[in-house]
Amino acid sequence: MEVGQMQRQWMGYMKSLFMEGFLDGQFLQLQQLQDENNPEFVVEVVSLFFEDSERILKDLSFAVDQQSVDFKKIDAHVHQFKGSSASIGAQRVKNACIAFRNFCEEQNIDACRSCLQQVKQEYIHVKNKLETLLRLEQQIVAAGGSIPMMEWN
Amino acid sequence: MVHNRSIISHNIDSGCFPSPHLDAFPAGLRVLVVDDDPTWLRILEKMLKKCFYQVTTCCLAIEALKKLREKKDAYDIVISDVNMPDMDGFKLLEHVGLEMDLPVIMMSVDGETSRVMKGVQHGACDYLLKPIRMKELRNIWQHVLRKRIHEAREFETFEGIHLMRNGSNHIDDGNLFAVGGEMNLMKKRKDLDNKHDDKEFGDQTSLKKARVIWSVDLHQKFVKAVNRIGFDKIGPKKILDLMNVPWLTRENVASHLQKYRLYLSRLQKENDQKYSTGGIKYFDLPSKDSGCVSFLDSLNKQQNDGAIDNFRYSDGTLKLHMESTSHEVDLNGIVTRPTIDKIRASVSDIIDPKIRKCSQIGHNQPYESAESEVNHTVFEYSTVSTQCSWNEVPKMLLKEEQNTQKHFQIDQSQSMNSDPSGYTSDYISPVNSMALEVVTFPSQSKSLVANDQSPDIVFTSNLSSKAPGYNLGCISDMEIYQRNLLLDSHAALTPLDEDLHLLLLQGEYYNMNFGMQNIEMSEYSDPWIIAEVPTNLYDSADYS
Repeated sequence: MEVGQMQRQWMGYMKSLFMEGFLDGQFLQLQQLQDENNPEFVVEVVSLFFEDSERILKDLSFAVDQQSVDFKKIDAHVHQFKGSSASIGAQRVKNACIAFRNFCEEQNIDACRSCLQQVKQEYIHVKNKLETLLRLEQQIVAAGGSIPMMEWN
Repeated sequence: MVHNRSIISHNIDSGCFPSPHLDAFPAGLRVLVVDDDPTWLRILEKMLKKCFYQVTTCCLAIEALKKLREKKDAYDIVISDVNMPDMDGFKLLEHVGLEMDLPVIMMSVDGETSRVMKGVQHGACDYLLKPIRMKELRNIWQHVLRKRIHEAREFETFEGIHLMRNGSNHIDDGNLFAVGGEMNLMKKRKDLDNKHDDKEFGDQTSLKKARVIWSVDLHQKFVKAVNRIGFDKIGPKKILDLMNVPWLTRENVASHLQKYRLYLSRLQKENDQKYSTGGIKYFDLPSKDSGCVSFLDSLNKQQNDGAIDNFRYSDGTLKLHMESTSHEVDLNGIVTRPTIDKIRASVSDIIDPKIRKCSQIGHNQPYESAESEVNHTVFEYSTVSTQCSWNEVPKMLLKEEQNTQKHFQIDQSQSMNSDPSGYTSDYISPVNSMALEVVTFPSQSKSLVANDQSPDIVFTSNLSSKAPGYNLGCISDMEIYQRNLLLDSHAALTPLDEDLHLLLLQGEYYNMNFGMQNIEMSEYSDPWIIAEVPTNLYDSADYS
């Protein structure tokens, strides 16, 4: 595939990610921050996010599985995850966290369990999408092209 | 890398910011970022670096405190997340405020009013909501500047009168005062000050975490104690004992003493710089036998003799002529602040009827607490106006509350748009929230500056990637971008519809006619061609 085609594909993909609510403006911010000095900035940050997320989700699952559930602890973890997902603009994950926190407040353990599933799903979903996107970017750059900058209006 | 000084730096004499690294203020601002989230830490670091700040990161509050304690003067401002595993962000905030007296900005993804309020009460100078935008970080320097001004005022006007500098070389404080919208703020907050001042003692007991407000009286006691003990031998405990104020704690005194010391050392630096042999040196260093106090004493004596013979108010400069000493005292600093009404109210208690007549200016609001404080001394008079400076603490907090509310509101609309329950459906919502975000985002995308307001400026910086980032400082640059962005969004763009408009930013390749390219892509395989932009140009400004 030639570069122009790949770039168009990338743009289309980005557009869909935004339209479907997977990503929000924060992700664009990250792209804007990328520059010559940090050509891999987005990759770096996204990787950090993945790493951290695995950890948080593990802790979260552990907390939810407890016999005597500590809702405060669960809430703290969800809050953490919310902040984390907001950092890269993972909008759907963030929204799932918001819903999750509401149920924590209500101390509804069943709802919490299903929320946990939701959150995990959304995370996996966006992870796949991002990996695809970044792979595409890699290909473009490898083929000598450059990643188009995007702005929304 | 070279970048021009910002507007502010021209006005700031390095006397007020003695450290060399702040010569190009706000660039070089030393920021300590504390956040347990590694992703955010990395992002914030990058953003701050792009603002030309000097960044140190920490993922633990304890580590941050350690760093701060190790080198007290190593940082100008601290930014910290609220939720951290090892220590509550508010606790860190308190520590930093008490021990280092640095401005602290809180951050959180949670924007609940109660949280923001807590931050404000604990002394945060701002509360930012995540996700944080670059533009919010660009302006954090204002908190550092504000604090300096605040401190300068506190002590200078307090200790009596700040002397006329040589000729037109008005102290940079004058310029500092001119900077920032604090003046208007104080006008508005005046009523609140009055109330707050009355509640001063109440606050002390009810809000345990609230800061002590050092009133005129209190500071006078403090200074008296300091001078009695002898500046060399002072310690918070001794001062506290002498002051005999039951509700005051050792910590309160300690932090006030620290500020006082800083103030005096800054004065010393200024004196050293400003005064040649011809200068009038009133503020001898405290080590030289309490020079400050002797001046005050002489003033007090004069006042008791009814020595204010002339009180003129003209052109916003208050000149106080003293009979025995023929020194003109410039109260520029005081008067430029709109506290005329307070001065009037309190001054009317001073015996001289001439004063009363002259001071029929400004508002007629009574200022009871000020009147009760007036002791008919020059010292008091001048310091009454600083009543409001002491009240600046709540004012500032209130102002910050306003700011934080602004942040809060923006975030609210964002979260409202991103519809928790229905995020699967409507793609218009993300668009809306994005529009909200991006319009004000001072992007590095030069092509957005289509309205040719300052195409040259922007464009030249665009032209060569090696060019020094901006010819403008951070601030003016920001203004232009925001202005242009807003203009752009209104003028040049077609209204949002269901299709997203993607702007392709292309740097040089769109040279003089660098309008925006509104490209609608409905499908992947649109026939237009993306001109290939070499990688080193697509992100035009080199910030780092």
